[in-house]
Amino acid sequence: MAWTRFGKKKDMPGGLWIKCESCGAMLFRKEFEQKHRICGTCGYHFTLPGRERVALTADAGTFEEMWKELQPVDRLGFNDRVPYAEKLKQTQAKTSETEAMIAGTCTVKGIPCALGVMNFSFLGGSMGMVVGEKVARSAELAVEKGLPLVLFACSGGARMHEGAISLMQMAKTCGALSRLNRVGGFSISVMTHPTTGGVTASFASVCDILLAEPGALIGFAGPRVIATTIKKELPKGFQRAEFLLEKGQIDRIVPRASMRDEMARLLAYATGRDPVAAFKPQPQPAAELEVAVAAEPAADKKKAKKGKKDA
Amino acid sequence: MTEASAKPAATDGLAFERPLLELEQKIQELRKLASGTHLELAGEIQGLEDRLRRQAAEVYAQLSAWERVNVARHAARPLTQDYIEQMLDDFVELQGDRVFGEDRAIVTGLATMAGVRFLLVGHRKGKTLKDKLACNFGCAHPEGYRKALQKMRLAAKMKLPIVTFINTPGAYPGIGAEERGQAAAIATNILEMFNLPVPILCIVIGEGGSGGALGIGVGDRVGMLENSYYSVITPEGCAAILWKSGDKAPDAAEALKLTSKDLLRLGLVDKVIEEPLGGAHRDPKGAIERVKAQILEWLHDLGKLTPDQLVEQRFEKFRRMGVPVGG
Repeated sequence: MAWTRFGKKKDMPGGLWIKCESCGAMLFRKEFEQKHRICGTCGYHFTLPGRERVALTADAGTFEEMWKELQPVDRLGFNDRVPYAEKLKQTQAKTSETEAMIAGTCTVKGIPCALGVMNFSFLGGSMGMVVGEKVARSAELAVEKGLPLVLFACSGGARMHEGAISLMQMAKTCGALSRLNRVGGFSISVMTHPTTGGVTASFASVCDILLAEPGALIGFAGPRVIATTIKKELPKGFQRAEFLLEKGQIDRIVPRASMRDEMARLLAYATGRDPVAAFKPQPQPAAELEVAVAAEPAADKKKAKKGKKDA
Repeated sequence: MTEASAKPAATDGLAFERPLLELEQKIQELRKLASGTHLELAGEIQGLEDRLRRQAAEVYAQLSAWERVNVARHAARPLTQDYIEQMLDDFVELQGDRVFGEDRAIVTGLATMAGVRFLLVGHRKGKTLKDKLACNFGCAHPEGYRKALQKMRLAAKMKLPIVTFINTPGAYPGIGAEERGQAAAIATNILEMFNLPVPILCIVIGEGGSGGALGIGVGDRVGMLENSYYSVITPEGCAAILWKSGDKAPDAAEALKLTSKDLLRLGLVDKVIEEPLGGAHRDPKGAIERVKAQILEWLHDLGKLTPDQLVEQRFEKFRRMGVPVGG
């Protein structure tokens, strides 16, 4: 919901250097982008733009985008100083995206799946009727074609500009997932930084496997709302992926650099393939995966180097 | 979504009630006077009562969205516990989520009304300060949602229909709630309510606060009392985020289109249940009677459907909410 609170400070200036928002290290922009936006010093995972996520996940050239033309209807005539319709147009022009979710089909290490990726730069990845519709259609496609469904969440929550319509997308997406369950379908949700509000409280939390990227903020209420409500300082690491793992709420934390491998492995289990074979080089990955070193938390560098070999 | 703690805005959202309250007071005084003396005041009282009716009708027809939000939160508005006490012939409360605890913010139990048996699930707000604190002002924790689901599954097993009463500012935003998976608890309820093979009715009786409301809000029929609201976020929360000022809550309430008539127009609820003239707080008994009649009518209608039809139509209903254009 409170998506406008996130991401503002993270807008990258056009300069050569970028400051890590976690450890403050100065990062060379080109290298940072090559490393899929992971801090080379502390391993902090920055929010990854939707298109980069698709490129990092899908086998090169296999992603076929669907329902790209879907557009929201401003049924409320919402106006908070800037009319919603106008805000949409501005955002579309700025991001070259039509909405906050990119959906379609692809293969991951040769395994076909339906893929939905949220794009935080589009109005904070907020879920309105189009995001809800794309999640529902992806689940329906998964039913129809017998495909596993992979969803990457990255959202501040429901889109206020669509009022209760956006709230009901929580029901629409969960309903579609319940149908996928009924036919024995399989779904994986990856919660990335940040995943909060109505997205966490709907499809992102009810898939069969729940993964998260290291350090991702994941929760129902935003931290500021909670702090204001309880009038206390929040404990360190509260609502981070590691916190959720400790509380038994997610299955695994997967660093960005090994996400593709892990995904293929899980998809292999789900589709009756050999998970060991899924690790062998298949079609070339869409993007070079040379970032394992940076992907692990900085505290554990030895382990991280080992991770590089695996990748 | 979760601004449950939002403070009341500076604007007095109930100012429109003042002339009505004054008239009511005058009528009461005259009645007292009439019974204490032998003065002939019946005509005068009648006149004032007519005027009250006219004025209430006029005022309530023109309420702003923000004013309706304040009626929905009115201290004298009937709460779930009033419906339990006045509407039901029998109620057996069933507590606990069988895992963590008992959340007083949601009440669940077996109910009988006019010979019809069902499971009742409802947000509970509390009346006295002590009650309110025990019920956390109707803001449920994950264990509340899990209790609701556990009892709803029981209802499905017992082939009993389910009736939910929605009245919450929102699910509680706190440390414990997050630790125990508030988001997942709500999401699981929403998903599982699509699978329950028994009729489900949901009635918003006051505040329909976002995910906290929807967590018990997936039904074959969803009704809203005329002066209730149903919103993706509280007006205060929305104002704080988009207008950067909690004082703009009236503007946010207007923009969010959160009144019962808006929700009906948007196709998000099935019916607006009219309240007695001047709001449910003026005539709680009348409001409760209307809700009762609506529940009985809907349960009768839905009794004709097979479990498969129920589940199918429930999904199709929500599937159609918010249709984008272009492909």
